[in-house]
Amino acid sequence: MPDKNAIEVHGVSKLFGTGAAQFAALDNVSVSIRENEFFTLLGPSGCGKTTLLRLIAGFDFPTEGQILLHGQDIAPLPPFKRPVNTVFQSYALFPHMTVGQNIAFGLEMLGKPKAEIEARVTEMLRLVRMEALKDRKTSQISGGQQQRVALARALAPQPKVLLLDEPLSALDYKLRKEMQIELKRLQHETGITFIFVTHDQEEALTMSDRIAVMSAGKILQVGSPWDIYDRPAVRFVADFIGETNFLDAEVVSAGDGRATVRLSSGAEIPATCPSGLSPQGKVTIVVRPEHARVAAPNGAAAHLGHVENVVYLGTDTHFHVRLDDGTPFIVRQQNSRNGHNGFAKAERVGIEFGQDVAQILRD
Amino acid sequence: MAKSFDLKALPGFTTIAVICFVALYLPIIILVAYAFNAATSTSEWGGFSLKWFVSAWNNAQVIDATIRSFQIAVLAATFATIAATMAALATTRTKSYRGLTFKYAFINQPLMVPEIVTAVALLIFFSRVKVFTGYAGLGYLIAAHTAFCIPFAYLPIRARLESMDLTLERAAADLYATPWKTFRRVTLPLLWPGVLAGFMLAFVISLDDVVITNFVKLGGQDTLPTYMLGQIRRGITPEINAISTAFLLLSILIVTLFFFASRKRD
Amino acid sequence: MASAQESARSAERQDIRNRWLLSTPALMIIFLAAIGPLLIVLVYSFLAPGPYGDVKWEFSTDGWVSVFLQRDIFDDTLSFADAHLAIFWRSVKLSLGTTLLTVVFGFPTAYFIATRPERTREVWLFLITIPFWTNLLIRTFAILQIIRNEGIINTLLIKAGIINAPIQILFTDVAIMIGMVYVYLPLMVLPLYASMEKLDFRLVEAGYDLYASRFAVLRRIIFPLVKPGLIAGSILVFIPSLGAYVTPSLLGGGKNMMLGNLIELQFGQGRNWPLGASISITLMAMVMIALLAYVRNAGSSEVRHG
Repeated sequence: MPDKNAIEVHGVSKLFGTGAAQFAALDNVSVSIRENEFFTLLGPSGCGKTTLLRLIAGFDFPTEGQILLHGQDIAPLPPFKRPVNTVFQSYALFPHMTVGQNIAFGLEMLGKPKAEIEARVTEMLRLVRMEALKDRKTSQISGGQQQRVALARALAPQPKVLLLDEPLSALDYKLRKEMQIELKRLQHETGITFIFVTHDQEEALTMSDRIAVMSAGKILQVGSPWDIYDRPAVRFVADFIGETNFLDAEVVSAGDGRATVRLSSGAEIPATCPSGLSPQGKVTIVVRPEHARVAAPNGAAAHLGHVENVVYLGTDTHFHVRLDDGTPFIVRQQNSRNGHNGFAKAERVGIEFGQDVAQILRD
Repeated sequence: MAKSFDLKALPGFTTIAVICFVALYLPIIILVAYAFNAATSTSEWGGFSLKWFVSAWNNAQVIDATIRSFQIAVLAATFATIAATMAALATTRTKSYRGLTFKYAFINQPLMVPEIVTAVALLIFFSRVKVFTGYAGLGYLIAAHTAFCIPFAYLPIRARLESMDLTLERAAADLYATPWKTFRRVTLPLLWPGVLAGFMLAFVISLDDVVITNFVKLGGQDTLPTYMLGQIRRGITPEINAISTAFLLLSILIVTLFFFASRKRD
Repeated sequence: MASAQESARSAERQDIRNRWLLSTPALMIIFLAAIGPLLIVLVYSFLAPGPYGDVKWEFSTDGWVSVFLQRDIFDDTLSFADAHLAIFWRSVKLSLGTTLLTVVFGFPTAYFIATRPERTREVWLFLITIPFWTNLLIRTFAILQIIRNEGIINTLLIKAGIINAPIQILFTDVAIMIGMVYVYLPLMVLPLYASMEKLDFRLVEAGYDLYASRFAVLRRIIFPLVKPGLIAGSILVFIPSLGAYVTPSLLGGGKNMMLGNLIELQFGQGRNWPLGASISITLMAMVMIALLAYVRNAGSSEVRHG
């Protein structure tokens, strides 16, 4: 049963404050997280992702709604009665205990026999490659090592779900890249459902099986990294993940998940659209900068305009083009080793699209 | 040679500061010096001697008062620290609730009322209680000391609690520790330096008290400070210097411990 | 089924209940041995004095009347109690003087400590902390030994031939003031230091960069920024000075009384407990007014600094 749900969140709202100062950190959120899945909650700070994580962990109670863990409502349970564990953003390692004692803590609290605890601690230390540091104080190890201890501590009691609250944000770039791979490995080896909170879209795209993009207390879209990047359903998702061009268009004809739209230049192109939407009239479409090309201003172009700026970025070059209807449009083109891409500032150009590059937005 | 411009220097400040430090310590140094004076008068130097320490040691009243001071201080500081720890746990790391401000005001009240006023208030109250119950033990002094020690013990404990990271306790709860186990295994060990500092502060405050003790004590219940006050009023002998010196040494010891307990281990 | 909302509410109720339970011992002790007795003092201030101390249980405002007024023994007319007024005035005067002098000496000292390098700063701070926690009686005694007629100052001056007879310092207002400045100086330095330690010296640099003189930097930058510490220090010195008992009784002697000694007198030889109670309440009211002024000031300055 690969698709059994580990966590089901049903209509959960969380209000903070009272009266006029009241605001909804979560607004009627529903989402299902499958077993053995690396699931990411992605969004800017204040979007409610950490609140949702805290509700699942039990540090807060929802104002409304249910949270099911394998079909059982856990929302009224205090944190110490929930078979979920958390890796905290600040790691929250106990400073008065050694690395080994930290990892053993949860097992001790569950009343496991000494021998089992000993064996499990050793296993966990091996899993995170920290065998040598078992008896160190947590203040005597580096940030990356603390991160591993926090992971080992949370994994030791074999939770049903592991919650990770921006665990990589305190690490430097190189270490963060290493830990991303490490986390994927751990998730694969332990087979535990990971719920990962981050505001870093790149991190989310690299690591996740599925991503939920959140904004202002709502989940806007849930899908695979590919879905989220190439098939954004709404403007916020398209804008938050990577760079995007928004174009006005008009629907000419629409079928099952597909449509033909007419651009302001008069050109007609095919576009995909979010499931369940039958687009009509004026719509906004998105085209990623790397899915377009600048070319000579001739008939094959979907749009015409002139180059406003050329930004050289090493791997590629960005052309900031002002279309004839006034819309800005960015094209990203990979650089070759021999010289530049041929178009200069103020030059008149055409924009050519590749096959199937446009996505219609819901809003 | 041109001196470089010192940004932090202000004219005359260093001189005044040095004068202050000298003025703070010189009287104490002189007091200590006269404790070792062989002469009976404190206006002349009669050579080095430990005779005033010996005489204080052989003075039954001094020993008696010292023991009583310690009894009261140990008991009052213990009670005050326990009560203050509980109160600190009850008044920190929470969103405001009804009665919280009231609690703050109540706990800090002994700091805000002049000691002499509390002293006469307790004199009145305890003399009534004594008539009523017939009890004439050290209980009155211990109760009074416990009350005014609570705000002092409360201060470092509360400060320690507020600087403690709440996520550590969340982490413990997340790892299946019940609230009581979380307190015993995580909160208390981390709070311990604050509790210790609170106890030491309370101990010193109780040991030093003159005013309230002087009014509350019953006949034959002199503590070391009230005994000294009586002696100084009667006339000065270097024995008082010797007692003061020993007292000072003890205070400095405790303050040093406190200083390091509250500064280290963060 | 217990819903999440219900368990959240009950957890919150439980939490607040626990918090009241936890604070009960402290609140009880303070009520029994500090606040409650103060209410009794208030009651006593409206009773008649008993012949051998204590009170007679009959209502009387004589205690309050005689705080500021005295009844002529012959014709029953009321006039101002000059002796009491003098003591009130001395208490306020000496407390203000003490506060001012501790600022004059304490401000540069705190600044000195705050501008030391990190390592030695701890040592200087420690040196201020020691007198703070050593017995006030012993420190007063140390001052007494120095300023009395046979003390080291007079002895040295006479030996040096500068004076023939000792200068009478002990048992004067000056002696009380010297003593109070000496014992309360750390109370000024510590809060001042606390706010100076937080002072961002880049602001001082910015001041000099914008052509300020040393005096202008002190007045326009340092002073306003450490004002909270200055006010806190002043209140910490002023309040215990006003209610001082040990220092004036040892250094001021029987004549130069302050309020604390006047109160003691009424409960001792004076045998006028209601008057003593009335003066106590008056003293407490004066302290409360000073505290309220402080709280207001501290509140508004916090707002200003955002």
